[in-house]
Amino acid sequence: MSGMGLMWANLFRRKTRTFLTLFSLLVAFLLFVLLRAVAEPFAGGGVSVDGADRLVVTSKYSIIDLLPLSQLGEIQRVPGVEGVTHQTWFGGNYQDPANFFPKYPVEPRAYFDMYPEFAIDPAQLDAFENTRTGIVVEEGLLARFGWNIGDRIPIQGDIWSLKDGSRLWQFDLVGTYRHRDPGEAAPVALLMHYDYFDEARSFEEGAVGWYTVRVSDPEQAPAIAGAIDALFKNSPSPTKTSTEAEFARSFAAQIGDIALMATGILSAVFFTILLLTANTMSQSLRERIPELAVLKTVGFSDARTSLLVVGESVLLCLIGALLGVGLGASVLPAASVVTQQFMGPVSMSVDIFVQSVAFAVVLGLVVGALPALTAQRLRIVDALRRG
Amino acid sequence: MAIVDLSEVRKSYVKGREEVEVLTGIDLAVEEADFLALMGPSGSGKTTLLNIIGGIDSASSGSVQVSGQDLAAMSRRQLAKWRSENIGFVFQFYNLLPVLSARRNVELPLLLTKLSGKQRRSNADTALEIVGLEDRARHKPGELSGGQQQRVAIARAIVADAPILVCDEPTGDLDRDTADEILELLEILNRDHGKTIVMVTHDPKAASHARHVVHLDKGQLSTGTDEEAA
Repeated sequence: MSGMGLMWANLFRRKTRTFLTLFSLLVAFLLFVLLRAVAEPFAGGGVSVDGADRLVVTSKYSIIDLLPLSQLGEIQRVPGVEGVTHQTWFGGNYQDPANFFPKYPVEPRAYFDMYPEFAIDPAQLDAFENTRTGIVVEEGLLARFGWNIGDRIPIQGDIWSLKDGSRLWQFDLVGTYRHRDPGEAAPVALLMHYDYFDEARSFEEGAVGWYTVRVSDPEQAPAIAGAIDALFKNSPSPTKTSTEAEFARSFAAQIGDIALMATGILSAVFFTILLLTANTMSQSLRERIPELAVLKTVGFSDARTSLLVVGESVLLCLIGALLGVGLGASVLPAASVVTQQFMGPVSMSVDIFVQSVAFAVVLGLVVGALPALTAQRLRIVDALRRG
Repeated sequence: MAIVDLSEVRKSYVKGREEVEVLTGIDLAVEEADFLALMGPSGSGKTTLLNIIGGIDSASSGSVQVSGQDLAAMSRRQLAKWRSENIGFVFQFYNLLPVLSARRNVELPLLLTKLSGKQRRSNADTALEIVGLEDRARHKPGELSGGQQQRVAIARAIVADAPILVCDEPTGDLDRDTADEILELLEILNRDHGKTIVMVTHDPKAASHARHVVHLDKGQLSTGTDEEAA
């Protein structure tokens, strides 16, 4: 037996209590892993190196304000700009609002030129370009909805209506795309032909959601962004140009400050867990005051005795954390299938693992501090009398 | 030279507004390999005196020299280390850790040594063999009788080869026959292993196993004790 063996034996003296506390810790750390995994991309931690040479031009005041298509040519002429294309938020639902996935009207060829990391069969790209009602989708959507190339896909518009007043858009599925790197996932989306969309919609003709700009030198990106915004400063549609990563974050912020929400939820959860675990440790300590006195009697110093108590607390929190992290890591791939539809995949990063372990150690130290202090100050004769 | 040498030892507590004097100037010398029984009525200060000898309580004044060390001059940390090397404790209610097996209870004091895990287990088994419980090594205290638990406690007290055993009513919770077995075991440890034993008891029959008996009453030792020994 070692000191660890002694801590382990003490930890499981009341199995039911320990297992219930471990279960609470497991749930708390599972939540920690899931929320951190969701919040991480919003915090910019998961931004891909793809797009380091791309800028996004939106309306200065709100990304939901549209921009005139006429700005495209002017942006194209800014020195350092290699290419420009545009996208627009379509919204809309396939069969049921629960089947949500993003849909964008785009310029077919220019879009795939702008995003070379996405692979599409050249024949399908040709078909997309030449079919006005054509759409291409991220390949995972085929399996999800049982679609086949050649199918007619109805989409119920929620923002955009057709010129005849109806909202039922009909598209022809002509192809799929995926990420060139098999280890990476392409964003789940439906891409439609902008020309068809612009011609068929009942309002805002000639407007686009935002421009994506490829620059020749990423180091010149801030200067080029400034030049683009200066170009439209006094126009009816002033712009705000940012990097792709910043744009992704501001886009996500429309549904709230995810990181702040995650922190708020986790703070509440861990405060409860702190009280619960502290109660468990206090009860455990009270039950064995005479035993701690025996340890001191046979020669355990004050420091060693308190170390055993705080070690037990850290051990309890670490076991709970590892169980929660393990469960989190195993459910994240399934959660990723859902989140991929609107915010990309989520995964268990090394950062989250390290944070979980560090958090468990800190929690254990905080929870064990008071019992450890009590154990340290324990006078042997008084404690033996309580036995 | 006496292994336990107390001179003018006084101990008092503050109880409410009153100061209660438990020991009022104790002079006591216990020779090495002696077996001393401390007798006296309840509240006479027997356990307090035993605790002071064992280094788990301190005297209010006077000199306490045990194993050649002045206990009053030692810090709590030094006292803890000193206890682990010099004193084995045996309590009335055994005070074993219920979550540990007999072997692991015996092994506890050895966690403070540099012995390997294998060596610790081996020493614990030897101690259990001495007290006749080698076949109960894996049992937890709750699975042992009172007498067996006290034997485990004695094995724990001797496992680190401490020269002095302090026993506080070691047979107080046992029936007569079991108590005799425990007392015979203590006699063997004293006679064959050279352990110095200081035992608190209120039972004259238990005291009869000691080489010497001293009486404590109202915080003072009475004289003429030797003739009460067996």
